[in-house]
Amino acid sequence: MTTWHEYVQRNGRVPEWPYPVNYGKVNEVVTDVLVIGGGVAGLQAAINAAKKGVKVAVAERGHAKRSGAGGAGVDHWHGACTNPCSRVTPEMYTRACYDSMQGYTGGHVRYIITNESWDTLLECEQMGIQIRDVNDEFKGADFRDEETKLMFAYDYENKHVIRVWGYNIKPCLYKEARRLGVAIYNRMMPTNLLTEGGKQGGRVVGATGVDARTGEFYIFRSKATVIATGGAGRLSFFAPEITASGSMSDMNSAGVGQAIGWNAGAEFACMEGSGPGRLIGLAYAPYSMANTHNTYHGTPIVDADGKEVPWADVFGRELKTIEERFLPSEGQDFILGEGIGIGPYLRQYRSNDLSRDLVERIRKGDFKLPLYADLSRMPELEWRCIWGMMVGNEGKTRIPIYDTMTKAGFDPDKDMLQAPVMPPEGYSHSNFWSAGINTPVNVRGLGGGGFLLDWDLRTNLEGLYAAGSTIFGGGCHGESHTTGRYAGRHAAEYAKTAPEPVADPRQIEAEKTRAYAALQQDKGGNGWKEINAAIARIMRDYCGQYKNELTLNLGLRLLNELRETELASAYASNPHELGRLLECHSLISVGELVIKASLERKASNSVLDFHRLDYLEMDPPEWNKLLPIRQENDKVKVRELPLDFHLKPPYADSYEENYQKHSGV
Amino acid sequence: MSDKAYMVPNPPTPNKAVEFNPEICIGCNLCVEVCPTDVMMPNPEKKKPPIVVYPEECWYCGGCVEECPNPGAITMLHPTQQRISMNWKRKDTGELFRLGMKNPPPPNTRPPSG
Repeated sequence: MTTWHEYVQRNGRVPEWPYPVNYGKVNEVVTDVLVIGGGVAGLQAAINAAKKGVKVAVAERGHAKRSGAGGAGVDHWHGACTNPCSRVTPEMYTRACYDSMQGYTGGHVRYIITNESWDTLLECEQMGIQIRDVNDEFKGADFRDEETKLMFAYDYENKHVIRVWGYNIKPCLYKEARRLGVAIYNRMMPTNLLTEGGKQGGRVVGATGVDARTGEFYIFRSKATVIATGGAGRLSFFAPEITASGSMSDMNSAGVGQAIGWNAGAEFACMEGSGPGRLIGLAYAPYSMANTHNTYHGTPIVDADGKEVPWADVFGRELKTIEERFLPSEGQDFILGEGIGIGPYLRQYRSNDLSRDLVERIRKGDFKLPLYADLSRMPELEWRCIWGMMVGNEGKTRIPIYDTMTKAGFDPDKDMLQAPVMPPEGYSHSNFWSAGINTPVNVRGLGGGGFLLDWDLRTNLEGLYAAGSTIFGGGCHGESHTTGRYAGRHAAEYAKTAPEPVADPRQIEAEKTRAYAALQQDKGGNGWKEINAAIARIMRDYCGQYKNELTLNLGLRLLNELRETELASAYASNPHELGRLLECHSLISVGELVIKASLERKASNSVLDFHRLDYLEMDPPEWNKLLPIRQENDKVKVRELPLDFHLKPPYADSYEENYQKHSGV
Repeated sequence: MSDKAYMVPNPPTPNKAVEFNPEICIGCNLCVEVCPTDVMMPNPEKKKPPIVVYPEECWYCGGCVEECPNPGAITMLHPTQQRISMNWKRKDTGELFRLGMKNPPPPNTRPPSG
């Protein structure tokens, strides 16, 4: 017996809630540093704050041992520019990211990441994560350095991306956090930040939350707080019955940290930016099918008759050998690699790829569908590294793909993995399994925007820091570790001299009333899924790929309508539903933030994939700037900031000087 | 065959996300403890397999399977609409296989690296 349905039909009754329910019971936690979100960024923040000798608590929505977008593993680690084999400097890497994004990424964040990424990885090695080929499984491979036993991805010449055996990375971080005495509060749904005097824009002195198993209320008082809660994956599309929750973020990804930050007066940048919702989940099981992207970079693709699809460099020159797929071409500085939170890539940093005429040639009948991945056409060490090392350690691959497929008999020595069967244009992106063509154009993924931070990774609010993919310029897996590590140590330093946190009792009381409102409702109201789907509909329709002032304002109006009607009368049957319903409040806040940021950018912008039908001109130079946005007395405050603000007064004009001054190492 | 019927909602989609083998599962609930989204809950009967309550909240990380102390007690199942697409072809014979097929080939026992 496995399912609820089976239980009910066998026993003729509904099982009672298995955990003690204590709605309204208040628990108080007093700590030096509070970390909200216990994913890879949050646990790194906690570990590094604890190492500074301060008291640390983590409020985690799931269970910190395996939760978060990075909790399921990692197979390659980007921007390890200071590893002994790297030929790319932090400055070169930062400029490659910054120039590729034409300035719309936090250069300072990127620089911090590339300076400390390798050190962070070495610490992970100490915690028990394998980062070298210690068993000599890949001895003699082109991608392996014989002395250090490090293995590289994408660019075997410049060696700044390291292949790692990270399937257990989260349990290792969890163990380390526990060893250092970090207090972890799992199943915690954060509802608000506490500010001095309860005032928007005031110093942050903690947070409130509800336990999604027991319904108990938590008051965290902290001298410093780090938000590391990722993004809002459920904002523009919500159909978990179809999307299997989502390819790259789980159900807990509701933008809660951004919502509570926004409501407390924190400042954000580039929230108006978005991209096609390729990874929203209208796809196939991640990494389960033939493709040549990311983990599968370099994989040979053949058509139904065994005819091989050629590879080409970024200038369209055919690559004759497998080796060339992993080397920069003449005219390229180095290959940046994929999965670093960068939208467009300048040609001098882009990856080699399948020949760009693939779509056209499928259409003409030159290649017959379905396509297959024929791994064994590569040198054995190359393909065993893709299937078995990378697929096997990347998030959601060890059990879901490697274990499942091999148990079912898949053997890459003998077998070819099939690609999805799609219309020809579906093959224009080498990540075939994500099948971007299946995603309607108005389903958007927020990308790159987030908390605007200074060189200390602090927000505009005193006492509030942020890390991971929730920040502007944050990147993906390894980047999240590194910003967490940096923010954690800065939060700890601040906490050492910060005054005792004094929360405003009126703010706590109001928050408690708001948090439990759904329990008072008649069960004739809506449940959380109905509300979430409506939020997503509003965002798709009124803040989709194309926007104008009127539709954006209508969207705002409807979000508010929803909050005051259906959401105000929604009910929760148990603490789990209460948690999900509170997430709907967060989603509405993030939706408002996105729409308000969109209203402020009165120009179309190609890098942000931002199209204003009332301001059609693309990229007018006077709009090449950041428009940081925050709330003060519940009114929107926007300012203008140059894209390279991180190299302008009050900061020094070089990356290195700023880093030396602020890094604290 | 029982002819007793109950008024229950349609099974959720996906139906399961994970499946327990009651012969192997000891009801230790370690999988329940680590699941990031509370897909399953402890069985009211001690030592019995957990109950899958929220399968549509699963994101298929496989953490529950990794956590399980008794291999085979819990199996992760992708939604059928994804399993049906996980196909492969044997190069020398042209045979077609898919995840979940009726007469599957023997397992490939090579472990992953690391």
